[in-house]
Amino acid sequence: MRLQKATRFALYSVLECARDPQRPVSATEIAQKYEVSIHHLSKVLRELGRAGILEAARGVGGGYRFRGNPRRLALMDVIALFEDISSRSGAGREPGARTDVGRSLGVVLGEIDEIAKATFRSITVDTMLKLARRQKRAGYGRGNAVISASAATHPPDCARRHRRP
Amino acid sequence: MNRVRDAAVRVRQVRQADLEAVIVLDAQVTGLKKADYWAELYRRYGTGRRRGRQFLVAEGEHGIEGFVIGEVRDWEFGSPACGWVFAINVRPGARQAGIGSRLLEAVCDGFRKLGVTTVRTLLARDNNLVLSFFRARGMMAAQFIPLEMELDR
Repeated sequence: MRLQKATRFALYSVLECARDPQRPVSATEIAQKYEVSIHHLSKVLRELGRAGILEAARGVGGGYRFRGNPRRLALMDVIALFEDISSRSGAGREPGARTDVGRSLGVVLGEIDEIAKATFRSITVDTMLKLARRQKRAGYGRGNAVISASAATHPPDCARRHRRP
Repeated sequence: MNRVRDAAVRVRQVRQADLEAVIVLDAQVTGLKKADYWAELYRRYGTGRRRGRQFLVAEGEHGIEGFVIGEVRDWEFGSPACGWVFAINVRPGARQAGIGSRLLEAVCDGFRKLGVTTVRTLLARDNNLVLSFFRARGMMAAQFIPLEMELDR
């Protein structure tokens, strides 16, 4: 399962706001920290507001507050707002999809999707925040650049290292 | 539904007299009362005779509130000794009180005493409740992929 940009921005925003649900986090703050377009991010934040996951706090020091239950809200709940997760959308319409090989490929890709969905369903915001704290303690506080660089150089070992609690 | 005070719950080794409560608790969740199965599990894991095998219960003011079963297995699937948790359950009305965490911690303590540094479990993909529980305790995807197939008759 590949996440669209909007979905990634939504997950960043939800997790950033859920770190401290009392403190409003501005769109600018999130955009700067994650190096994303504020224009695109603003649309995502409005959608999260409509879904009742974030609420806008107006005025000086305003921004967005997390208003979900971090132990109940799963990553999949956020992802489902931005992605079609019902099945492999478009599968069966691609060239060659109706051949025996095409169908076999569909079975394999479907298996991967099901595992990905089960993973996203089972990880809550609270669990993700614990994971983020562990990453920070492990020295990945400024995270993305370091992880991406090492993952690109040594994929299997690196992946194993980052997965361990 | 009885509310449970975490402090009033004690985790200990299962006793023969607990078995009926364990069977009822399991049946509440699975819908099946498997008396023979649980008697066999008690014989294999509950007597404390086999090193590395644990069958623990959480006992509260109102009786047995949960249980966990685990075992240390060597070189299974090519893996060095590791602890396997293959059953954990908390009475639905007693959840959200930290009992599952205490049971898991107790069985992991038992594994640690035997020098084990990894704990594993296996769950159905759609068992979201228990998957989320283990995820929240820090468990991540293992290095193994479970496979299966239908056997031709």
